Amino acid sequence: MNTIVSLLFKEFHLELRRKSVVAGLIIYLFATVFICYLIFALRHNLITPLVWGALFWITILFTAVNTVAKSFIGEKKGKDIYYYSIARPEAIILSKIIYNFVLCLLMSLSGVALFTLFLQNPIQDIGLFLLLIVLTSFGFSASLTLLSGIAAKANNSNILMAILSFPVIISIILMAVKVTKSCIDGLDRSVSMDEIVTLLAINCLVGAASYLLFPYIWRS
Amino acid sequence: MRKSWWKIVCVVLLIYTVIAGFLFNVPRLSIVNETIRALYFHVPMWFGMVFLFLFSMIYAIRYLKNHSLQNDIYSTAFASVGLVYGLLGIFTGMIWANYTWGTPWHGDPKQNGAAIATLVYLAYFILRSSIENEEQRARLSAVYNIFAFAAMIPLIFIIPRMTDSMHPGSGGNPGFNMYDLDSKMRMVFYPACAGWILLGVWISTLQIRTRLLEETILDQENE
Repeated sequence: MNTIVSLLFKEFHLELRRKSVVAGLIIYLFATVFICYLIFALRHNLITPLVWGALFWITILFTAVNTVAKSFIGEKKGKDIYYYSIARPEAIILSKIIYNFVLCLLMSLSGVALFTLFLQNPIQDIGLFLLLIVLTSFGFSASLTLLSGIAAKANNSNILMAILSFPVIISIILMAVKVTKSCIDGLDRSVSMDEIVTLLAINCLVGAASYLLFPYIWRS
Repeated sequence: MRKSWWKIVCVVLLIYTVIAGFLFNVPRLSIVNETIRALYFHVPMWFGMVFLFLFSMIYAIRYLKNHSLQNDIYSTAFASVGLVYGLLGIFTGMIWANYTWGTPWHGDPKQNGAAIATLVYLAYFILRSSIENEEQRARLSAVYNIFAFAAMIPLIFIIPRMTDSMHPGSGGNPGFNMYDLDSKMRMVFYPACAGWILLGVWISTLQIRTRLLEETILDQENE
């Protein structure tokens, strides 16, 4: 437990010192939202609520993939061996998942803020939407962290990361899009409970799989 | 793998399926009419695919436990034949859909879920081809295999049941429940499933034996 906490602190410290990763992602997010704004501001009333939802999830998806891809692919070889000798693999994967979860959550919330600022906000049920964002951030983080670990050991890692991650993400996105539509329409919360429970189940499944499988990747 | 009794059983079952599937009587249901016979070919493809991927995952777990490359060969062979079965399942589904729903690809959730599951295993093979080191390739693809199987289950089984779908049995279509899939169809359906699964395992064992022989030849050449 202490190992996980100290590894987490290490990640946050490194990040706060350099700020390169977070700054890059914020710029990526901002650029995407701004391009959407520029194009849709050409003619008014083009953004129906469904289009808003689609643009939002596309942006969040690519931002999340970029966020988590940097977690293993950017590490240098020497550091890998050092971590291997001082910490159990379970601690490493848990700390990386939690760190990526916090990052994804920050990015998603910034995304919501930017989208609201530039493209108005058709969401009527904010509470459910925020819960949805928390759940999807965890899902993205858990699945993408493991896949980034796999892709980091292969040759063309960036393309491989995208190919490996796409199908797994789809099931999370499917649920998220359905719940977003219910939030936009302002439907009663019980309508979306099925999808929320499914998201929780997917999160548990993917988290457990990542936790169990990571030690096998780590030994090299 | 070399015994032939189960292969003879497989051939007999499949001949029975083809003949009985086209000649026996089938219940009359609206919309599907005679195309219900596609049930004997389309659904066993999916059962076969799930079984083959299950075997593939079991050998992947075995590889992670004792690191013998033989398990990796088994795992890959089952995965490749499972992928072929998946593609055949989608193809037979498209033919069936063309006659009952009007278009080959309807955007039905089960169709989409099946297509994405196929993508998952295609990514498995891309992963394998992009790693040079044999031992590392086996280890990473075993991990991805287990992860992919865990990710596939929600896609294929849970999500389509939760939504409205044109597939029978969900969203108010005439379902193939126990009243319609009566003893007439079951007599052909269960042997068909067994026959197709056995065929899939047979093809996998052929691929495994070929690979094992190749490895033996390579080892002898290197001595």
